[in-house]
Amino acid sequence: MAKSALLKSSLAKKYWMALTGLFLCLFLVGHLIGNLQLLSSSENAALHFNQYALFMTTNPAIKLLSYLTYISILFHAIDGIVLTVRNKKARPVNYVMNNPSKNTIWASRNMAVLGTVILIFIVTHMVTFWGKMHFDKAMPLQTMTISAGGMPQEFYLTTDGGYVPKGQVDQGAMVIKNRTEFFDAGANVKVKEGYKDLYKITVAFFKDAKFGLIYTILYAISMIVLGFHLYHGFGSAFQSLGANNPKYNGLIKNFGKGFAIIVPLLFAIIPIYIHFFIK
Amino acid sequence: MASNKNININLKIWRQKDAKSKGKIETYKLDNVSTDSSFLEMLDQLNEQLINSRQEPVAFDHDCREGICGMCSLYINGRAHGPDTKITTCQLHMRMFKDNDTIYVEPWRSKAFPVIKDLVVDRSAFERIQQAGGFVSVNTSGRTIDANATPVPKHDADRAFEAAACIGCGACVASCKNGSAMLFVGAKVSQYALLPQGKVEAADRVLNMVRQMDEEGFGNCTNTGACEVECPKGISLENIARMNREYLFASVK
Amino acid sequence: MLDSKIPKGNISDKWTDYKDHLKLVAPNNRPKIDVIVVGTGLAGASAAASLAEMGYNVKAFCFQDSPRRAHSIAAQGGINAAKNYQNDGDSIYRLFYDTIKGGDYRAREANVHRLAEVSNNIIDQCVAQGVPFARDYGGMLDNRSFGGTQVQRTFYAAGQTGQQLLLGAYSALSRQIGQGRVEMFNRHEMLDIVKVDGKARGIIARNLITGEIERHSAHAVIIASGGYGNVYFLSTNAMGSNVTAAWKIHKKGAYFANPCFVQIHPTCIPVHGVNQSKLTLMSESLRNSGRIWVPKKKEDAEAIRAGKLKPVQIAEDDRDYFLERRYPAFGNLVPRDVASRAAKERCDAGFGIEANATNEGVYLDFSSEIISKGKQTAYASGNHHPTDEEVIKLGKAWIEEKYGNLFQMYQKITDENPYETPMKIYPAVHYTMGGVWVDYNLQSTIPGCFVAGEANFSDHGANRLGASALMQGLADGYFVLPYTVSDYLANDIRTGKIPTDSPEFDEAEKSVRAQIDMFLNNNGTRSVDHFHKELGLIMWNKVGMGRNEQGLKEAVAEIDALRAEFYKEVYVPGSANEMNPELEKALRVADFMELGQLMAMDALQRKESAGGHFREEYQDSEGETLRDDVNFNFVGAWEYGGNDINAEKLHKEVLEYEYIKIAARNYK
Repeated sequence: MAKSALLKSSLAKKYWMALTGLFLCLFLVGHLIGNLQLLSSSENAALHFNQYALFMTTNPAIKLLSYLTYISILFHAIDGIVLTVRNKKARPVNYVMNNPSKNTIWASRNMAVLGTVILIFIVTHMVTFWGKMHFDKAMPLQTMTISAGGMPQEFYLTTDGGYVPKGQVDQGAMVIKNRTEFFDAGANVKVKEGYKDLYKITVAFFKDAKFGLIYTILYAISMIVLGFHLYHGFGSAFQSLGANNPKYNGLIKNFGKGFAIIVPLLFAIIPIYIHFFIK
Repeated sequence: MASNKNININLKIWRQKDAKSKGKIETYKLDNVSTDSSFLEMLDQLNEQLINSRQEPVAFDHDCREGICGMCSLYINGRAHGPDTKITTCQLHMRMFKDNDTIYVEPWRSKAFPVIKDLVVDRSAFERIQQAGGFVSVNTSGRTIDANATPVPKHDADRAFEAAACIGCGACVASCKNGSAMLFVGAKVSQYALLPQGKVEAADRVLNMVRQMDEEGFGNCTNTGACEVECPKGISLENIARMNREYLFASVK
Repeated sequence: MLDSKIPKGNISDKWTDYKDHLKLVAPNNRPKIDVIVVGTGLAGASAAASLAEMGYNVKAFCFQDSPRRAHSIAAQGGINAAKNYQNDGDSIYRLFYDTIKGGDYRAREANVHRLAEVSNNIIDQCVAQGVPFARDYGGMLDNRSFGGTQVQRTFYAAGQTGQQLLLGAYSALSRQIGQGRVEMFNRHEMLDIVKVDGKARGIIARNLITGEIERHSAHAVIIASGGYGNVYFLSTNAMGSNVTAAWKIHKKGAYFANPCFVQIHPTCIPVHGVNQSKLTLMSESLRNSGRIWVPKKKEDAEAIRAGKLKPVQIAEDDRDYFLERRYPAFGNLVPRDVASRAAKERCDAGFGIEANATNEGVYLDFSSEIISKGKQTAYASGNHHPTDEEVIKLGKAWIEEKYGNLFQMYQKITDENPYETPMKIYPAVHYTMGGVWVDYNLQSTIPGCFVAGEANFSDHGANRLGASALMQGLADGYFVLPYTVSDYLANDIRTGKIPTDSPEFDEAEKSVRAQIDMFLNNNGTRSVDHFHKELGLIMWNKVGMGRNEQGLKEAVAEIDALRAEFYKEVYVPGSANEMNPELEKALRVADFMELGQLMAMDALQRKESAGGHFREEYQDSEGETLRDDVNFNFVGAWEYGGNDINAEKLHKEVLEYEYIKIAARNYK
């Protein structure tokens, strides 16, 4: 009884929705902290960001978290779909005249729609950035131009804090294997490792001459959608898990509302900043 | 009473011969409705008019007409129990409407509440949920301990009472976009969970009642809060949270 | 002829001794026995649950869509019990005494004493079931006062005590339904009883959804279908409350006792218009805190009715707190019949304040209580010098906690804020003390047909005290019927299942069908409600708060004529095989018509004033009731005499008072 109750019952679906949702909120915070480096005006901004990207894609603990995140997103979406379908079935005949705005906020009634938009956003977002980062053979490596003796020369930055002159690769002395690894062509041994230049990809994406503005706007809209989703979802998760105490409800609600406004807003500022302010 | 006057209204009422027939909205014009009349007295007046013109009167559920039996239902102008809050349809008065208003009157809509006729629905799903666990398993011998032998903190007794004030009308289900019955079930679970007398079998109760609720085809709660706003007795969402909590603990026990 | 079967012995041991010698049915035999319970209010639900727990097969019937909606749910104020938790000198004897006196010495001593005895078990039982009674800060049960008593013995749950008690009984019933011990028939109406060999052996019921006529057999039938206040059309009863079950058994041989004893409740919201369908009660508990008054000067009353003056503008000295003036010992907490008559007296004298056709209304004012409780609360919270605003604010909060739902209900109906302006109230038909005659076992004159709760006549005499109806309903169902019904059923362990294909069932079903067909084919010109309203007017004007010989004679004749017109002119739309609320109403009104006439006849024969029955010819110089204990110290039980109600025959059960000295009722 008890075991199947935790898997099949209507309440169990609420718990999973809430738990995955709250976990994704944590993910958002982590992701946001990383992304905020894009706003850095330091000359090492790109390096720092790419270092962060490397860390996020290779650290085993982070890897584990990221798998949890993928599962959460999937579960949250599938559970959401199941719930929506079931809930639609619970009212086979609709009202001719319905006036729900009198008793509920818009966001709470449209979580499925908002969620779907967010899911689409996540997929495209992953294709543009995550996918390139993980699979794109043409993913550029970060380079830097240094003027040595009046002659500007390009170097690949490497994870050991050093560099590989681009010329060596161009001339065939070094070979890039496995997308990031610099091999000594003669000895065929790995010498150094470069940084995938996610920074460059990101900036190029939002500054794209043709579509940059559209991408920026779409991104900002997605963040508004996320905001609405969180506006209801954050507090709702606590309610679903049974955390409702008049003493603390105000705190949870207000924190949730603040979260729903601040997090998406900060996310949205980044592409806007890139599009309009990065030269 | 304050400012009694007569108004004329247009009614758009769901008519359906029986459970199997298809229904539709019919339009009626009703004149000289006293604003001091209750909504159901207005329907009485309409029925009198229909009977006098040899048309079939509108069937609707009602009984105590003082907001406590939970028999009356009606989705009026898109809201359960009409435009006012904290009342049942029988406590809704025509002073809430203006001259020449058009008023939509529909039955509760839920898979678990099929229409029987016109505005009358079958709420026996609530009965079966109650039967699954909405009680304390004590025989009625009168040979229990003295009523004051177990003190109950006033705060708990008051919360239990607030939950127990549910009249089982189904407005929560009707106004929930998911047709969820969780406010009803949550209130019942809470009443007993808050009292020492009900705690003993609290875990079995919540598991059984939720199982029955799911079997009846009610939707799932998405915490929109519509139920709390439309509940004529102002039953709090806190009760749903308490049920969630009770169920969670009962499940992992 | 009428054997009340009151056991011998000392009154305080009677019930215990009697119970000890009743016959039992062994647990293995109980599943062979069927019991039908009609009505699922406090009495019906508690009886059905208790009998099912014992092991009998119970079939329960209610016309609502759930047993939880029975009109017991609307009882507001509370339930009495002789717990003496408040240490104010209460006891079983006092509760017994107050109830007999409150009933104006027209109730049976033995029954009332039993009621007082089991009252304490009721509270224990309900608390064990999870009924959330009001409690004080120590976690103990709280009490308040009700009319006609000088102790605090009323247990309550805000203004929804009936609801909480019914839901308690309903939960016990639901438990049995869930276990398959009770078969529940919602949306069913009993339309006749079936007698086999003189014993009640089943009922004919109509399924209100499909219109199907069903036969149900049993070894005993319990009628717990409530009172007949709706004979007046306007009353505090639910719209569906009806006398049909009780009246049908009357027509099959059950005597109907004291039909003229009707309680007019003093604190209801006054009538407002022609389309009004019911009257709303404001709980008697409000009289704990509210003071009833009308203006001392007629011109003030007139000015208020004309809307030129507001009640708050009437100076304290110009207010007539007429209950406090006339009955200083009990003040605003005199019994209901006394309070109602006093209000009527003032309104008849021209001091009524309601601006309707009859000017009938008086004030129920909470301003004094708001101030006194406000001060008390401020003191308790350490504020010894509260400002006036603080006092009023705290006082209103206190009132809201105690009576919040009633105040809200009042405001929704009247559009006036009772925290700011006094409530307007007036008496309305509320409860019927009369009902089916039953003996000490609650058995009617039909063997095997038991009657419980408001449907019987037994415990309240000529007037019921507040908070006693809930007590009686649960006492009958939980603690009396399980014993007495078992005693009766002990003879049925070998009977076997009662077949439903007998000629008796055929006959009963045939007559039910005939009546339904008659209505549907009548094709008259007037709606059922039209006739019901006409009946109500006759009843209210001539068999209401003040009655006299001439009026009653007129009423008998007028109802007779109205009944004839009803059968000629009523129009019932729809068909028999569907949900048909108009047909349901027609069947009920047909019975109300007959009963109404009998009520007038009973009031006519009772040449005295007692409790709710006030014959204008029999009053003292101060307008108080004048009982005639020499000639009318009896229960008047009527035997059906055929289609002509005038042929009903009166039987008298003389009341004997051994333990209470019969005296003039005095609340001064």
